[in-house]
Amino acid sequence: MDALVLTVILTSVPLILAATGELIAEKTGVLNLGVEGMMLMGAVAAFAVTSLSGNPYFGIVAAACAGGITAGVFAIFALGLATNQVATGLALTIFGAGLSGLIGAPYVGGTIDGLAVVAIPFLSDLPVLGGLFFKLDLLAYFSILMLGLVGFFLNNTRAGLILRAVGNNHDSAHALGYSVLRVRCGAVIFGGVMAGLAGAYLPLVLTPHWSEGMTAGRGWIALALVVFASWMPSRILIGALLFGGITIMQLVGQARGWEMPSQFLSMLPYLATIAVLVLISRNRNFALMRAPAHLGRIFIGTK
Amino acid sequence: MISMTPRKDISLQRTLVTPVVSIMMTLCVGAIIFAVLGYDPLASLYQFFIAPLSRPDQVADLFVKACPLIITATGLVFCYRANVWNIGAEGQIVMGAVCAGGVALFVPGLPDMLLMPAMILAAMVGGMAWALIPGVLKVRFNTNEILVSLMLTYVAALFIDWLVRGPWRDPQSFGFPLTKSYDEAALIQRVDVPGIGTLGQLHWGVVAALVLAFVASFVISRTLFGFQVKVMGDAPRAGAFSGFSAARTTIGVLCISGACAGVAGMVEVSANMGQLQPEVSFGYGFTAIIVAFLARLNPLGVIAAGLVIALAELGGDSAQMALGMPKVVTGVFKGILLFMLLAGETFNRFQLRISWPAFNRAPAARGR
Repeated sequence: MDALVLTVILTSVPLILAATGELIAEKTGVLNLGVEGMMLMGAVAAFAVTSLSGNPYFGIVAAACAGGITAGVFAIFALGLATNQVATGLALTIFGAGLSGLIGAPYVGGTIDGLAVVAIPFLSDLPVLGGLFFKLDLLAYFSILMLGLVGFFLNNTRAGLILRAVGNNHDSAHALGYSVLRVRCGAVIFGGVMAGLAGAYLPLVLTPHWSEGMTAGRGWIALALVVFASWMPSRILIGALLFGGITIMQLVGQARGWEMPSQFLSMLPYLATIAVLVLISRNRNFALMRAPAHLGRIFIGTK
Repeated sequence: MISMTPRKDISLQRTLVTPVVSIMMTLCVGAIIFAVLGYDPLASLYQFFIAPLSRPDQVADLFVKACPLIITATGLVFCYRANVWNIGAEGQIVMGAVCAGGVALFVPGLPDMLLMPAMILAAMVGGMAWALIPGVLKVRFNTNEILVSLMLTYVAALFIDWLVRGPWRDPQSFGFPLTKSYDEAALIQRVDVPGIGTLGQLHWGVVAALVLAFVASFVISRTLFGFQVKVMGDAPRAGAFSGFSAARTTIGVLCISGACAGVAGMVEVSANMGQLQPEVSFGYGFTAIIVAFLARLNPLGVIAAGLVIALAELGGDSAQMALGMPKVVTGVFKGILLFMLLAGETFNRFQLRISWPAFNRAPAARGR
């Protein structure tokens, strides 16, 4: 049972990381659908650098850079050239999937030593809880830390207020003298760095190998998670654990010898995403109350 | 700082030049990426874009490769014109293939004459049903069609995987995940030109795809429905005031694109495979998105765009064989091409002026 809960927690870490990054980007009004592509770039960078250097922490840094640079490409087009955000995000996903496959081709079949578990002194000695929550890897702690920081940043700081203002009405923010594009650019790159780290988690912790398209839709689920959380950081945690739980139903099913074919169990996360989207979006006021008002709108600066 | 001023009118010349320039930019960027990754850029580009066309029958194969892309992208043009973001065509292709396969394999006693029409109908219904899910959920519950249609793609892929490994598997397939082979009447025949014979793999589905693109072009430019689609995409408020229903438009365009994608799946299986297998669509649904954009959302342009992208797909095969590149490298080209097309659109619609703040400190009059 402990092992099962631990698997749920580990499965949800990349979702938390990617969704936290995307939340910040969306709060400034930018819908970046390229999360899947950025995650793949992060995953391949982490795997390649780790297997070359032998140090997974270098891999983490490389993944963050790869995610940030990939997001920078998005920023150049969607922000600098004011292209359609939906189509640009799709382009980023297609591009990231292709380039990560090209870079990762020599590494297919190799394995690496994953990220080491860092036990927190004293707390990890607690019965039950210690093993579950305080004997994790650095990225897992980092994901929770960032979630908390982002929540605090958005609601309690001046910069967070500016960020939300840009997302809610870019014309007003522009008129007040804030640089809409600079704020958005920063948020998009932050989202890319977080997505890169989320991608790194797959080869470094979950499965110690590289394969093309190994994210298997996790980037898209992270996008749905932001809607599920109705743009509130605290709810991302709940949503990610929920999805983590649903994702590993397949393992449980196999272990318990359920009659249901494995393909149907594998469908569960995707079907659950749809169900959750319906539940959240059903009430228009509830869903729109917290959604950034200018999400996905193109800003053309007049200067 | 970059400043953008909308152009008053966009010349036809500009409209036609943009895709060409985008393709050339893509080739340049692609060559740079190849060079950085240690491949010979010129040899790579040769394998990609010249080698696949070195024999006449390969030109016919290009049309065969473009066939599912043209059919699917023609449907997507309606969606994107109406600002409905169906990105789950991949799943709709699969469900079309599954439904047509169900008719071909399990409806006994159907006269040969009726089998093909029944399969086409089933494929349309299958694709349409799969596209209607995001449509109905969007209209009824305001859910995001992008995420729902994409999630359904994964579901469809798992569904066909289950079918061909489980209940529909041919007991005589020696454990391979394949269904029984279709009967002769359920297969799409090669085009046999009198006096010349067959041209490579060219089949009647390709002819149907070209006809479909022309029909779609007529519908979009000459009918009320086409006008409705365009108005609801460009100016939904104006459309609503003039009595068009946003919900009905959304459902309508999703039905069209779902039906097209379903037919593409059926054609792909009946013309090239002859039986269902775990993978019937190799990313055609996603590639068709790029085809639609390369065609600038014009159904006739889809034919040319489909051929260009099909060339890159075949080039991926030839580069894989000749240079040992992974197949996904085609994705790099497709991604860059979409970026370049979108940027081209911006250069088309706006006049860009780049000024460096450091150089013009003088308090120039800044007109808004």
